[in-house]
Amino acid sequence: MPSENHYPNRLGIRGWLFGGNFGFERYLYALHRLTGLGILAYFLLHIVVTSSRALGPEAWRSAMGMVEGPLFKVGEYLVFAAFAFHGLNGIRLILLELGIAVGRPIEPVYPYRTSVHVQRPLAVVVMLLAAAVAVLGGFNLFG
Amino acid sequence: MSEVIFHVRRYQPGKDARPYYQEFRVPLTPGLTVLDGLWHIKETQDPSLAWRFSCRMGICGSCGMLINGRARLACNTQITELGTSRVCIAPLPNFDIIRDLVPDLQPMFRTHKEMKPFIIRGDGLTESSEGEFIQTSEELEHYLQFSYCIKCGCCMAACPTVASDREYAGPMPLAQAHRYNRDSRDMGFAERKQVLGGGRGPWRCHFAGECSRVCPKGVDPARAIQLMKRELFLDVLHLRGKSCAAPCAGKPTDAKRREGIPEAPKPTVG
Amino acid sequence: MRDQKLWTVHILAGAGVAFLLGLHMIIMHLDRYLGIFNPAGGKPIEWGNVAARSGSAWFTAGYILLLGAALFHGLYGLRNILFELSPPAGLKKAINVLFWLGGLGLFALGTWAAVAGCLTARAL
Repeated sequence: MPSENHYPNRLGIRGWLFGGNFGFERYLYALHRLTGLGILAYFLLHIVVTSSRALGPEAWRSAMGMVEGPLFKVGEYLVFAAFAFHGLNGIRLILLELGIAVGRPIEPVYPYRTSVHVQRPLAVVVMLLAAAVAVLGGFNLFG
Repeated sequence: MSEVIFHVRRYQPGKDARPYYQEFRVPLTPGLTVLDGLWHIKETQDPSLAWRFSCRMGICGSCGMLINGRARLACNTQITELGTSRVCIAPLPNFDIIRDLVPDLQPMFRTHKEMKPFIIRGDGLTESSEGEFIQTSEELEHYLQFSYCIKCGCCMAACPTVASDREYAGPMPLAQAHRYNRDSRDMGFAERKQVLGGGRGPWRCHFAGECSRVCPKGVDPARAIQLMKRELFLDVLHLRGKSCAAPCAGKPTDAKRREGIPEAPKPTVG
Repeated sequence: MRDQKLWTVHILAGAGVAFLLGLHMIIMHLDRYLGIFNPAGGKPIEWGNVAARSGSAWFTAGYILLLGAALFHGLYGLRNILFELSPPAGLKKAINVLFWLGGLGLFALGTWAAVAGCLTARAL
């Protein structure tokens, strides 16, 4: 709500995606979040389901029987592809966040070459790798 | 293309319930910038149009606004560079609107102040002004890029985290904190860490890269924030090397003034 | 300072998860190409393979490490996303408590499963 002399203009959750002209890294940022949420949801269920192995082979087979079928298979593949992206992009992020892949500070001379440019080849390689792993996983599961 | 259509977001407090877009037509002249276009509107069509500006040459950082979906300086943006005859102009997002294209930058400046953007010494040497601190050109390079910041707020408008997180300090204040942390004359890391180590710190940056992409001065806040994260990471693991702050060169004691050179005038302040 | 420490652990846990979960994914989802740690043959989820891995002390330790690291990394990541929506201070506190309790509960369950699974596999 507008106050007496100000109008609030924070973009809110829309700004996670629509905060300006998109850059490649902004898509990676959004996808990293989305895949993280998906993997976490699966992981929490996975802990519960796979705990059945502690109770012996019968309990294990019965638990695995509950998560069979084409729908689960597709879901499983999506989680695998999400992990391929999240894991490899995560390695890129670790390299960035520890200041390894951002380059040294330089005198800004137009046209500016920023850390975004410095890490771009890494981002591209990581995406190609993630795609290759996802395709391999697809052949493994459906082939 | 003989004229340009400006879609300008308008808002007048007390009069308008919410912002709206108004259309203006501006003749295209060689070298026309967005700022020139706004001036043309104000002088010939609507004198009530409000925006902030000062230097007109990309130095003061006053005229940051959202131009065709990207945070830019109006004075630094040529119409022809946009490649379209329709220009959509809105105030910088993530700041409250005071009126029309004028954002309220106060919260950003308050946060900037919290980062203690000045040289901190524990030895009282900044106050004594007995001489200059010694700094090599290599030491200067650690922070020089970040010191070009003009505080225009474009990075804050482009940051996805600032869009939703009211606590996060944002790219400009964090980059400036790093600028001082990496200054060899400074001893204020521990003091700034009191703010940086908490919820306002750099953890909420996930390298969407937008701040560096839109920065009109090539300051690269994203780089500063990642380098700052490394410092804070190493600090937790007790692996951050402790460097001594730059020593003071001191005033020469045996120098004599050459003949014919007058004394400096007395300071008028302080 | 607390956030500085939590984030540092998040990064370290992320690196650990990338390695351990990567290994887990290779074993479970690239078995046709690499086929490692599946001594009984067939699918990696066949009981024979599961029992062989569960019965190994190395795998048990690896599962517990992965469990702890992944829970911390995942829940901290979710906390980050939620906190970036600027919830009120009370809700932030509730999220912290809920995540610690939930995380510890799941860690206890997973650790029990790893240890009991190891003992079960060895007993059979």
